[in-house]
Amino acid sequence: MRQDSLLSIHHLRTRFHTYEGVLTAVDGIDLEVYRGETLGVVGESGCGKSVTALSILRLLASPPAEIRGKVLFDGENLLQMSLDEIRQIRGNSISMIFQEPMTSLNPVLTVGEQISEAIKLHQGVTREEAWSKAVEMLRIVQVPSPDIRAREYPHKMSGGMRQRAMIAMALSCHPRLLLADEPTTALDVTIQAQIVELMERLKEEIRTSIVLITHNLGLIAEMAKRVAVMYMGKVVEEAPVEDLFLEPLHPYTHGLLGSIPWIGRKMKSGRKQLQEIPGMVPSLLEIPDACRFHPRCSRAMEICRKEEPPLVQKNGRRVLCWLWK
Amino acid sequence: MHEMTQTQVIRNPHRQADSQLRRRWAKLRRNKAALFGSVLILIYLIIALLAPILFPGNPSAPNLMKSLERPSMEHPLGTDELGRSILGRIIYGSRVSLLIAIGVVMVGLLVGLPLGLISGYYGGKVDFGIQRVTDTLLAFPGFLLALALVAVLGVGLKNTIISVGISMVPIYIRLVRGCTLSVREQTYVEAARAMGTRDMTILIRHILPNVMAPITIQTSLGMGTAILFAAGLGFLGIGVQPPTPEWGAMLGSGRAYLFNAPHVATFPGIAIFFAVLGFNLSGDGLRDILDPRFKL
Repeated sequence: MRQDSLLSIHHLRTRFHTYEGVLTAVDGIDLEVYRGETLGVVGESGCGKSVTALSILRLLASPPAEIRGKVLFDGENLLQMSLDEIRQIRGNSISMIFQEPMTSLNPVLTVGEQISEAIKLHQGVTREEAWSKAVEMLRIVQVPSPDIRAREYPHKMSGGMRQRAMIAMALSCHPRLLLADEPTTALDVTIQAQIVELMERLKEEIRTSIVLITHNLGLIAEMAKRVAVMYMGKVVEEAPVEDLFLEPLHPYTHGLLGSIPWIGRKMKSGRKQLQEIPGMVPSLLEIPDACRFHPRCSRAMEICRKEEPPLVQKNGRRVLCWLWK
Repeated sequence: MHEMTQTQVIRNPHRQADSQLRRRWAKLRRNKAALFGSVLILIYLIIALLAPILFPGNPSAPNLMKSLERPSMEHPLGTDELGRSILGRIIYGSRVSLLIAIGVVMVGLLVGLPLGLISGYYGGKVDFGIQRVTDTLLAFPGFLLALALVAVLGVGLKNTIISVGISMVPIYIRLVRGCTLSVREQTYVEAARAMGTRDMTILIRHILPNVMAPITIQTSLGMGTAILFAAGLGFLGIGVQPPTPEWGAMLGSGRAYLFNAPHVATFPGIAIFFAVLGFNLSGDGLRDILDPRFKL
């Protein structure tokens, strides 16, 4: 623990009570986010990445959701705050960017109104001040002619422009933590690169920590310092980004990295088919016993079917697997 | 490149707002039925506003010497059993009917809109409670409900508006709740919550404007139904009371003379018919204009 921790999650468990049964979307995860760093969270769809982010800000309707554990932000447990207290945190100290830039802005309000609404809410400034700050934020996220754009409705903007506006809104109160839930997934590649660059730059300027949730490993490699790999609600591996890419410990991480198409790979290792992880993610209602990855794991052993894997700590890395015991 | 985008942006705003209006107008013009409906409503509105000019006398003053006269130059639509001009009473009746139409949807919206928003947004027990009451009210045919309410509240213009209005409340609750349910799941509502926006602000600033289109349509259709319901109550003699000229009541009193003076019941009937037709056609037209799925 060289740096001090901004957000620390202890045994976070989020369950949904549904008619079919209880779904455990996040199953007792532990994560630390240090000041000024970017933590990447990767995993397949439905592994609990987004639910983790929503649980941090308590944005899940409860019931049906039930959130247990501790989420300490600057030493205060977000899960035990009153609704008014958590509302003070939302958008102010912790804000969030969503995956869908096309639908995350309200179509009936101008972009400027939406950004200044957030500013007015947390900074107690007048309408005019909030408006000029909103325009300034649009300028910072490099929206061309921001004073005109602020008076326009979202439908006139492209996906990339809207995502910039979302980032402007999320960063308008200079949050200390930004939860970015697949911020580039819906954008095309050139725009993705611009958004990544923008987030990198703003992270330095505003000095926020970022939790970057994605299934795009390239984005993780670009932005994150540490990575947590999630599978079916558990963090199966956590490591500094270089270590993870060079030497993945968990077979699932191995599979994930192996399934990325690699331009030029053919040249080095001969004609080789793109790898895949066999099978499908099982339903959260039928979580496999013991290690939940064993039915799909190429290196599964007898013990993987019988006992829950231990958490192995290995020079600054954590892995949830019998292989390394 | 930079300058180019700028000039484009500067040039656009007014023209686009303009062209959107023009596009909607063009759409309305193409939709002949909706246009006809709107013109009908407009005519009724003008008649209601200019009633004292169009018919200078007192529409309720009886003149028994001239009872049940056929249409003539003096009374273009004839007279009723008390010798009052039917044209005059229809003209003044349009005021009553439009007042009822507006009053009824106001009651419906005033009660139905907030309840529907709350029910759809909060869900859970609140939703369950509101929806079971709505179910109960919807189980009655609308007119029967209005009838029962009149039995409790009593007759008269105000009570007619309240009774018919309440009988329409469940329709608004259902409609608003349904729309709220779908808007609530939109990312921008989640984003607003993630920014720390209060529920009240989310409901009024983010959800309400996004459910306005179906509500507007229902309001227009609802006005037609309101006129019909109020006329029905008037016909039964438990709506607006004489001597106030009201189409339904005129129809009811004309019923007795259907064979020897059919005009007494016919003309108010025609007035009701075209008013309801006007609101229904323009409601359909509004749907075509406001509902993006019907974009031509």
